[in-house]
Amino acid sequence: MNKNRSAKQADRVATGVLYGIAAFFVLLLASITIYILYKGVLAASPDLLSFSGDGVGVQLFNTIYLVFLSLLITVPIGMFTGIYMAEYAGKGSLIAVIRTCIETLSSLPSIIVGLFGFLVFIQMTHSKWNLLAGALSLAILNIPLIARTTEDAMRSIPRSYYDGSIALGSTRWQTVVHVLLKASIPQIMTGVILAAGRGFGEAAVLIYTSGMSSDINFNNWNPTSITSPLNPFRPADTLSVHIWAIKTEGIAANSQQIADLSAAMLIILVFAFSLGSRALGRHLQKNAGEI
Amino acid sequence: MAYASDKDFTQKRLNQPLLNKKWRTEYAGRTLVTIFGIFIILLALTILGFLGYRGSATFLNYGHSVAEFLFSTNWNPGEAGQSGTVGAAIFIVGSLTVSGFALLIATPFAIAMAIFISDISPKIGSRFLRPVLEIFVGIPSVVYGWIGLTVLVPFIANVFNLPFGFSVLAASIVVAVMIFPTIASVATDAMQAIPAEYRDASYALGSTRWQMVWHIKLRSAMPGILTGIVLGLARAFGEALAVAMVVGQSTRFVDSLLSPTNTLTAVITANMGNTVNGSEYNDALWSMAFLLLLISFGFIILIRVLGRKRNEL
Repeated sequence: MNKNRSAKQADRVATGVLYGIAAFFVLLLASITIYILYKGVLAASPDLLSFSGDGVGVQLFNTIYLVFLSLLITVPIGMFTGIYMAEYAGKGSLIAVIRTCIETLSSLPSIIVGLFGFLVFIQMTHSKWNLLAGALSLAILNIPLIARTTEDAMRSIPRSYYDGSIALGSTRWQTVVHVLLKASIPQIMTGVILAAGRGFGEAAVLIYTSGMSSDINFNNWNPTSITSPLNPFRPADTLSVHIWAIKTEGIAANSQQIADLSAAMLIILVFAFSLGSRALGRHLQKNAGEI
Repeated sequence: MAYASDKDFTQKRLNQPLLNKKWRTEYAGRTLVTIFGIFIILLALTILGFLGYRGSATFLNYGHSVAEFLFSTNWNPGEAGQSGTVGAAIFIVGSLTVSGFALLIATPFAIAMAIFISDISPKIGSRFLRPVLEIFVGIPSVVYGWIGLTVLVPFIANVFNLPFGFSVLAASIVVAVMIFPTIASVATDAMQAIPAEYRDASYALGSTRWQMVWHIKLRSAMPGILTGIVLGLARAFGEALAVAMVVGQSTRFVDSLLSPTNTLTAVITANMGNTVNGSEYNDALWSMAFLLLLISFGFIILIRVLGRKRNEL
């Protein structure tokens, strides 16, 4: 009987401890977020929010533009790879090799990808830091994610879709493009949003590819000019790289405020995309029955 | 064009559009996606090849032995044209200590969180805690580094009465918070994948919830939990910026948790840009990058082995 009672006691204690730990971590993560946002609000001033001089508007623009460029590269490559794996690769050893490669690429430390980008896109092309090099390196990091999402999405589509399309006389490729891909687009979109969110926060990939500074003029929209925001061959620091750069070479008197504000904007961007992807996912689940 | 016979001509005309059409509707697309499938393999091989090539210069051009690189603590590589010593043991041990200690902090909490979500309160778990974990996986590492730098480092300096708070402890805590959601998510998946019969049978035998969790669930979910731990370790080991911001970056062998040191990732990040390309210093950094790559391959293999074990269960 005694043993029984101590077991019950242990159960109660363990439950209490587990509640405590769960609450502690939720509180910790919440306070980190609130702290960042609070410091960001404190630091915000019209001067720092502007698109010139010290303002982090430049970095905000760079972050979004770089991630956008990167997705232009990531999405087609990732989607084609995913389609190949889901529909054409079969079950042989080739798909096992590709799967291993994707797994490997997706778990590389981002600094390694950054160094590879530095080697190939900067050193071997004899160019200076530039946006395009950053976007390409970021693409390497995100291609596995899109490829896997696409493959999963296409595999989850009922077999009857495929059979129906083939029975109507389409080829396999036509089926892939017009039926399977179309049905998987929402799920792939979720992956794309995830990839974007990851891109916003990534810094180690970018410090040696797109560089740690930018010198642009928002009145100059000629894409071939080196000070134009649109020129992909100019150096560009994103919000996250900006925080790192301030830590390593911050000399301005208000560098602390700049970093606080950058961190807050970064968090808002990442959270917005993360919540967006969740909302999309929920929406899809709700509509799944109607397809 | 001349044709040998009328029959030959008709045959060609019949075949041509058909092939053309088949090419347009099937083979072109198939070729396109196959190229990208192959491209992924080439990309992975290129990364391995290039980093291997750059990383080998320390040993091939400067004649250092691999043993010196791995086990010597003499870090004094030459700048352009000069030659020195390239012992990277300080950084290797630094990386191992920081990530090992971070794992030690994060794992018990992560497993506790997984138990809470899967068995104590699945309702709060799935509605609230899972989304929270997923969101926090996405917080950029520089942000963690920045909070570590502005909050944790001064705090440690205060509590332990140090001139600076930059230390292994600061780095480990920052990394632990970073990898906690990763380990917790994977461990939760593993716990939830255990068939309900296990739980029911255990309850039927009269065990309490804690006995059921401790003796049955944790044990059966172990390979999955280990996968989570290895994933966390891999992330900790490869994390560059957050660690570099708080570890102190001093070339000094770890002698206590409160001493500053340096890690592989931090030393690469900080110095790759200000060393001359092709100098001994620069080449030694590339060797470290290659070492980092090999270690992350090791983690991938480990995860595969664990995955196979999970499938056997």
